Amino acid sequence: MARKIRVLVAKAGLDGHDRGAKVVASAMRDAGFEVIYTGLHQTPEMIAQAAVQEDVDVVALSILSGAHMTLFPRVLDLMRERGLNDVLLTGGGIISKEDMGALQKLGVGTLFGPGATTGAIIDYVRGWVAEHRAGEVGTAK
Amino acid sequence: MSAGAEAPAAVASLAEGILRGDPRMLARAMTLVENAAPEAEAILESLYGKKPAAPRVGFTGPPGAGKSTLVAEYARLLRAEGVQVGVIAVDPTSPFTGGAILGDRVRMNEHATDDKVFIRSMATRGSLGGLAARTGELCELLDAWGSEVTLVETVGVGQSELDVAEATDTTVVILTPESGDAIQALKAGLMEIAEVIVLNKADHVGADAMEAALRASLAFRPEGSRPPIVRTVATARQGLDELHQALREHREALAKPEIVGPRRREKVRARIRSAVREGLLDAWLRRQGFEDVLDGVTDDVIAGRTSPYRAARALIERMTRDGKRTNGNGN
Ligand SMILES: Nc1nc2c(ncn2[C@@H]2O[C@H](COP(=O)(O)OP(=O)(O)OP(=O)(O)O)[C@@H](O)[C@H]2O)c(=O)[nH]1
Ligand SMILES: [Mg+2]
Repeated sequence: MARKIRVLVAKAGLDGHDRGAKVVASAMRDAGFEVIYTGLHQTPEMIAQAAVQEDVDVVALSILSGAHMTLFPRVLDLMRERGLNDVLLTGGGIISKEDMGALQKLGVGTLFGPGATTGAIIDYVRGWVAEHRAGEVGTAK
Repeated sequence: MSAGAEAPAAVASLAEGILRGDPRMLARAMTLVENAAPEAEAILESLYGKKPAAPRVGFTGPPGAGKSTLVAEYARLLRAEGVQVGVIAVDPTSPFTGGAILGDRVRMNEHATDDKVFIRSMATRGSLGGLAARTGELCELLDAWGSEVTLVETVGVGQSELDVAEATDTTVVILTPESGDAIQALKAGLMEIAEVIVLNKADHVGADAMEAALRASLAFRPEGSRPPIVRTVATARQGLDELHQALREHREALAKPEIVGPRRREKVRARIRSAVREGLLDAWLRRQGFEDVLDGVTDDVIAGRTSPYRAARALIERMTRDGKRTNGNGN
């Protein structure tokens, strides 16, 4: 059976809007991805544990609360602590260009602003997986 | 298949990691099983029987009946007893896109940082059978990790609940007072596999009427083979002890010597049968160059030269004829 791209879509932080996250999740489903959706108010610990258990290729975080400069680095740290070095952390929110650049320097992937199309996000994820995890069967390295 | 011959060291380290309780190794092995990767068989093989098999409880019922909420609450009860819990949440794959949204974790957030609870979401991925086998294999991996009770959720609207019932020891069917209309349609399939019936959302009006209707529909069954009905309000944590008791009783009934032997035998048989069926079907279709043939025939159908049904019939005929010849020449 063909390998499926698995993506964890999570809402981190205190804001209570998951419309955007849900739109992205269904677009990804329509693109043939398996999307694990965990709902609102996810802490970094919850996100990292779900990423481990679900063995996802990609973690996509939606952060609208403005706390992205603390949440993204924290999630990334916890992912690395758990050995998820080959998993993409990406996401979106209202994030300035400077913040995006700073987060990318830490190892976070491309981030998407409110104007981004779901198509762009999907293309990015597909491209990243093809480049970084192609041919991989999932065995420990 | 010479599974695992490619990377015995990787297989061994995954297996060791799982037995040590490493969640990442477990998750990776689950992916291998889901992708039917060649290593999967070797991993399962090397883990088989290494730890006791956890009782497997399947939870099924109509969409929105409260399955995830109930699974989460039952897991909480088990955790309070110190039990390590595995959860597999099955959701349908879209037949059009091959994608899926697996959303059951939303209701299981209270366990999201408990490392004695391992939750895995699984998509049904196509209809070519195999779900029962895959579910059983994920349960075996959970056993090796240390699960002491494994809970499997699946929505009961088609085939998947039957597959899951095959892979579990006890099937809980969850209905609600609102299931009234749906139940007519669901009754046949769902009620047949129910070993415990949960009437969830018992806080809603119509619970009494629903329970009466359920009892009436069970009245035809011989005494002793009627599944117990447990009322719950999953969101208010009501009825969980009763559910626990009903599951315990069912497990005790299963443990009776006159049942445990034959049932175990039937399970092992089913397990071997499905492994053989999948292996055979895969190997055989591959040898027949099925995907290529399929491409050609698909073109014919799209061009209007034939219909899917006629094409399938012709393919089956051709392939079984070829199959006989191959068998005849085989050694
Ligand atoms: N009033 C009431 N609501 C409940 C009860 N149990 C669950 N719910 C609610 O019912 C809704 C669906 O619950 P879920 O646990 O997601 O149901 P499910 O069967 O897992 O749903 P799917 O997996 O989508 O088929 C949620 O809003 C729950 O809060 C209950 O006993 N009483
Ligand atoms: Mg559910």
